[in-house]
Amino acid sequence: MPQKITSKSIDDNLKRRAREISGQIAQKCFQCGTCTGSCPMIEHMNVTPRGLMALLQWGQADKIAEANTPWICASCHVCQVRCPRGVELPKVMEALRQVKLRTNVNQIEPANLQPEEIIDLPQIAMVSGFRKMTS
Amino acid sequence: MSTTNEGSGAVAAKVEAKLIPIHVMGKRYEVPESLTIMKAIEYAGYKYIRGCGCRGGVCGACSTVYRKPGDYKIYTGLACQTVVEPEMYLTQLPFYPALRTTYEFSELEGKPEEIFELYPELFRCVACNACTKVCPMDVEVLDYISALKRGDIKAAAEISFDCIQCGLCASRCFAEMPQYHIAQLARRINGAYLTPRAEHLKTMVANIEAGRFAEGLNELKAMDTDTLKKTYQERELEPATAGDDWTPKDTRYL
Amino acid sequence: MSISYYPGCTLKTKAKNLETSALAAMAELGIEVEELPRWNCCGAVYSLADDDLIHIIAPVRDLIRVKERGHDTVITLCSMCYNTLARANDLMKHDEEKRKTINMFMDEEPDYAGEVRVVHLLDYLRDDYGWDKLKEKVKVPLAGLTVGPYYGCTLLRPREVALDRPDKPTLFNEFMAALGATVVDFPMGTECCGSYQVLGNPDAALKVSYDILNDANQHNIEALALTCPLCDYNLGRRQNLMRDKFEGVPEIPVYYFTQLLAVALGLSPEVCHFELNRESAIGLLKDKNFLKEVPA
Repeated sequence: MPQKITSKSIDDNLKRRAREISGQIAQKCFQCGTCTGSCPMIEHMNVTPRGLMALLQWGQADKIAEANTPWICASCHVCQVRCPRGVELPKVMEALRQVKLRTNVNQIEPANLQPEEIIDLPQIAMVSGFRKMTS
Repeated sequence: MSTTNEGSGAVAAKVEAKLIPIHVMGKRYEVPESLTIMKAIEYAGYKYIRGCGCRGGVCGACSTVYRKPGDYKIYTGLACQTVVEPEMYLTQLPFYPALRTTYEFSELEGKPEEIFELYPELFRCVACNACTKVCPMDVEVLDYISALKRGDIKAAAEISFDCIQCGLCASRCFAEMPQYHIAQLARRINGAYLTPRAEHLKTMVANIEAGRFAEGLNELKAMDTDTLKKTYQERELEPATAGDDWTPKDTRYL
Repeated sequence: MSISYYPGCTLKTKAKNLETSALAAMAELGIEVEELPRWNCCGAVYSLADDDLIHIIAPVRDLIRVKERGHDTVITLCSMCYNTLARANDLMKHDEEKRKTINMFMDEEPDYAGEVRVVHLLDYLRDDYGWDKLKEKVKVPLAGLTVGPYYGCTLLRPREVALDRPDKPTLFNEFMAALGATVVDFPMGTECCGSYQVLGNPDAALKVSYDILNDANQHNIEALALTCPLCDYNLGRRQNLMRDKFEGVPEIPVYYFTQLLAVALGLSPEVCHFELNRESAIGLLKDKNFLKEVPA
C-alpha cells in the first residue's frame, strides 16, 4: 500500500532515540530483506523486520507504535549474523521496546501470569521475559 | 513527628556533652555529640508519634537515611542505635509502601514455585546490590534474593534471619520488589515445612496435654494476688553461671 | 585445577537433570570444577540497549566472584547463562568507558576488566579436553541412536561469543559423534525455539517449536539433544500442549547433552534424573539397551 510521507510526518525524535539506545544507524539498511527471510517469528508479525527498518528510516513513529514486531522478536540474533550491512537488528528491536518500557509501562504484567503457568515455567523464562517486556 | 517547644522529658536532663550540628529534614540543630539519632531528634524538640518503637534496635520502626557532607554515599541506620555525627543530614523513613500478597499459609506446601507465584517480581532483580548496601542490619539482601531465584528457601531464610522488616531494601529496589516480605514468607515456609520438627518439643507438648503440670497451674490459679506476687518474687532462678548439672530445689516438674 | 562452575538458577530446580548429569560426567572425566560459593542470577538475557549498564551488573558480579576465588576460567552448562556471562565479559574486556562506569558503580566490589575466561562445557570438551580423549572414556557408545543436535541461538549468536560458525556449526555434531551416536543435521537445528516469547506470545513460541520438531521428525531424528532449560521447556515439556493445537505432533524425547554424556560414560541413570524429562526419554534409552541399571 503506498504511503504518503511529508516532512511533517517524519518523527526525528524517535529516530534519534532509537539510534541512541541501539547504537545502530537505521540508514545503513539497504532493504534486502534477509532479516525478514531469516526471522523464525515472522508469521506472527504485522510488520516485517525489513519493513520496520524502512519505517524507522522515515521516522514513521505512529506506524512503528502499531507494529508488534519488537514484541514478537525473540532476540535470537539470526538477522544480525546474516545482515550484509552489519546492522544489529536485535538492538534496534530492543530500542523500540525500551522507548515504551521507559515510560513506566509494562508490555506484560507479571501479576497476570496464571499460577499453573508459574508452577510450570523454568525460572529463566520469567527472568528473560520480564527483562524484555516489563519496565 | 511533630515539634514541641517543651522538648522531650527523656532528654530534658542536664546535658553537658559537646554540641555538634546535625540537619534534620534540612533544618540545622545543635545536639549533644553522644546522643543517638532518635534522642537527638527529641532533643531538637520533635516528639515521636510514629517512626519509633522498641528503642532497642529490633522493631525496625525507626529506619533513618542520612548523608555526610562531601560524600555521595547513602548511609542508613536505626535512629535508636546510631550515634549522631557532625554535619550529618538525615530523615527518617518509618514506612515505605511495599506490596504484601495474601496467602492461606496452611494451604502452602513449601515449594519454591509457591513463592514464585506469590511474588513473580522476584525475577526482575538485576543484582544491583542497592538492597544490601542500604540494609541497616547488614543482611546480605541480594544473596537471599539470589537464593530464592534458584529455589533455595532454606538459604534465603537463614541469610535473612536478622531482617527487622524496616523496608529500606524495598525503597531502593531497581526491580520494585518488596524483598523483606518475600524473605518473611521464606522464613515462615522454612520454619513450618522445611525444618525438622523438634522431637523433645513434641514429647513436652504431649506431657503438658497429659496433665503433667496441671497440679502446679491449679495451685497458681487458686492464689490471691498478693500471694501470687510474693511467689513470683521469691521464685528460684537458674544462676547465670549454672552448669549443666544444675537442678532447681523444687524437682516436682523435672 | 582452577575452574569455577556457574550453575544458573534453573539448574537448581526444573533443570536439575542438566546439573546432576553434568557434575557426575565431569567427575568421571576428571574435570575438576568448584561451584561458586556465592553467585546471583546472571539475568538470562544480555541487555541490547547501548545506554543500559544496570543489566550488565549481574553477570559482571558473578565474574568478579570467579576472580575473587582465584580462578581463571568459569564453566557454564546453561547456554543462556553462557551467552550472558560471555557477552558481559567481552564488554568488560573491550569497552574501556563502560568498564569504568560499571566498576565505579559497583564500588563495593573489586575492579574487573574481563580477566576471567567464560566457557561452556561443550567448547571446553572440544578445546581443552579433546574429542579423542572423550572417545576413549565412552563405555556405552550410543550406537544406533539417531540424534539431532539442537544448537538453538545462544551458543552461536552473536559472533563475538559464538562457539562455532553461526551458519554451519559442527561442535555439537562432533560431541554427539564422539559419544557414538548417529548424528543428523537438520536445517532448524540452529533456529530459535521462541525463547522468552513463551511469556509474551505463547502461541507464537509454540508454533516455532512445533516447526522445529516437525523438521527433526522429517529428518528421521529419534531424539533431540540440547543445552538450554528454556529450549527444553519449549521443545520438550510443551509437546503435550502442541498436541492440543496442531495435527500430527511427533513424540520426540529431548535430552540435555550432559544426560547423553553420562549415559555414554556408563554412569548410573540416577544421576540423569530422567523423571524431569518427557516420559519417552528413559523409554528410548531402555529400548536401545544403553542403561546400565534401570531405576525403579
